[in-house]
Amino acid sequence: MSDPLTIALAKGRILDETLPLLARAGIEPVDDLSKSRKLVFATNHPGINLVLIRSADVPTYVQYGAADLGIAGKDVLAEHGGEGLYERVDLKIATCKMMTAGFPDRPLPRTRLKVATKYPEITRRFFLERGRQVELIKLYGSMELAPVVGLADIIVDLVDSGNTLRANGLTPLETIMDISSRLIVNRAALKMKNEAAKALVEKIEKAVE
Amino acid sequence: MTATSNKRWLLPDGVQETLPPDAAAVEALRYEILQLFHRWGYELVMPAMIEYMDSLLTGTAHSLDTRTFALVDQLSGKQMGVRSDMTPQVARIDAHLLADSARQHRVARLCYCGHLLHAIGDGITSSRTPLQIGAEIFGSDAISADVEVVSLMVSTLHAVGLSQASIDVGHVGIFRNLVKNTGLDKDQESRLFDMLQRKSIPDLQQYLQTLALDDEMREHICHLALLNGDVSIIDEARERYRNVGAELMASLDYMHSVVQTLQSKYPGTLVNCDLAELRGYSYHTGLVFAAFLPGQGREIARGGRYNDVGEVFGNARPATGFSADLLNLYQLCGAGEQAQKGILAPDRDDEALGLLIEQLRADGERVVVDLTDMKLAAVDQHCDRQILQVDGAWMVTEV
Repeated sequence: MSDPLTIALAKGRILDETLPLLARAGIEPVDDLSKSRKLVFATNHPGINLVLIRSADVPTYVQYGAADLGIAGKDVLAEHGGEGLYERVDLKIATCKMMTAGFPDRPLPRTRLKVATKYPEITRRFFLERGRQVELIKLYGSMELAPVVGLADIIVDLVDSGNTLRANGLTPLETIMDISSRLIVNRAALKMKNEAAKALVEKIEKAVE
Repeated sequence: MTATSNKRWLLPDGVQETLPPDAAAVEALRYEILQLFHRWGYELVMPAMIEYMDSLLTGTAHSLDTRTFALVDQLSGKQMGVRSDMTPQVARIDAHLLADSARQHRVARLCYCGHLLHAIGDGITSSRTPLQIGAEIFGSDAISADVEVVSLMVSTLHAVGLSQASIDVGHVGIFRNLVKNTGLDKDQESRLFDMLQRKSIPDLQQYLQTLALDDEMREHICHLALLNGDVSIIDEARERYRNVGAELMASLDYMHSVVQTLQSKYPGTLVNCDLAELRGYSYHTGLVFAAFLPGQGREIARGGRYNDVGEVFGNARPATGFSADLLNLYQLCGAGEQAQKGILAPDRDDEALGLLIEQLRADGERVVVDLTDMKLAAVDQHCDRQILQVDGAWMVTEV
């Protein structure tokens, strides 16, 4: 391969499922990612490097061409908007649902619904499509607390097992979208490094099946 | 008021200014490109900075309405907008002001350069005041016209030192003819279009399942996102879509012919085909193209065919053209900082000195009168020579 390609990977939960997938595609980092504090890693392919960043930054790196490819959750992509990105493959890993959640027995106010979320864009779009005006409260974590302390009526968050919700007396209400990780590609990379990028995308696509 | 609390120097988000020495270099680049357009036979127009919203947002430019700054004309009470794209303005000029019933077959080649104002920045570049430069051909529906504007775009990029740019070619007729007889409504079509733009196979597969289409058509639409690469993908598309219709085949043939011409004209330039690249789909009617640079997430110049654009001005005309952001091109071509040349002259009321300065300026030299009373050295005033009095005579000496 003549053109070097850089893949941006998200730290944390997705990484544990991403590495085995890349290994099936024949791409393995030379160092142990969990033991190193480096951010750039060489792989067994001389033409492929990995960078390790926060998941919410993956679309930005790929959009600006700082990385050619990236692996990011659909939640992060939908929140980012995906301008200038190709969202080529559903990797079918790190699956969960983006949902609204609230108290099962408490009726919602008719006007001015207060929604706490880490995903203001997705939430705004969801309620806009239903013709409902909401007040958005942007939080960075522990979403489940917001309805309990009366900060919000409902929350919009990722739901996996639903255990955290139940532990706080909440219940999932509506599904906004199904979430899984996607392989994204920079527009210019697919055009300028067409062969190398296409081959890599197809390799990873095969590893999913 | 302290320095930190006084924010009067602050410009609005995304609003840029160009300072020395960049401003002079940008101006030189502008002149160089406009001269190139001139040598290709394009005439310069300078459209108005502001005009009525009605004419700014006609037919072709619906996608611009959220990006256009609006204000009310105090004279007429009508709504005015600051241009967010010069193309519709140039089309208006061609269709109305230059219209000439005596010359039905008139072909107008027009070029322009000017600042735009965007109400909102677009995702990647946060700039809201790009300096648009572009060229358009009105009145010709020939393939030669399309080839000419793409060639002019390539020549422009070569002239400013961006010869490593690759060219991306597509045709909106392919997707349009594919979905024409499927009974999809505008909303469904535009959602499909959005997914194709993102080449999102997962989203496409999921969404296509919800539409009333047969499996073959689903497969056809989804596959468009995969048809990108060298010219061979056109053959692949011909094979796949052979039963869809003659119009789709004609679009493929058109594209093929353009790509072949470009490849033989510019053997050193990478020409890509992309059947799902549909930027400006709402108003383009035929060939679309763009130029890309390695590492740049978005195109650095783009254009395409947009026939019948002048219809709302009473004169439907075929049109094709391209444009780019000159400030972006300048940053990319990284015009190196040049050492400033000039002569520093003393601030003296002396007739002989005055004549010498006049003569030097007439010869094209840059002469700067020293207003600092020799407190700043010549180099700090961007001069490489100075005028000194030697034995009573004024002489230019090296610093």
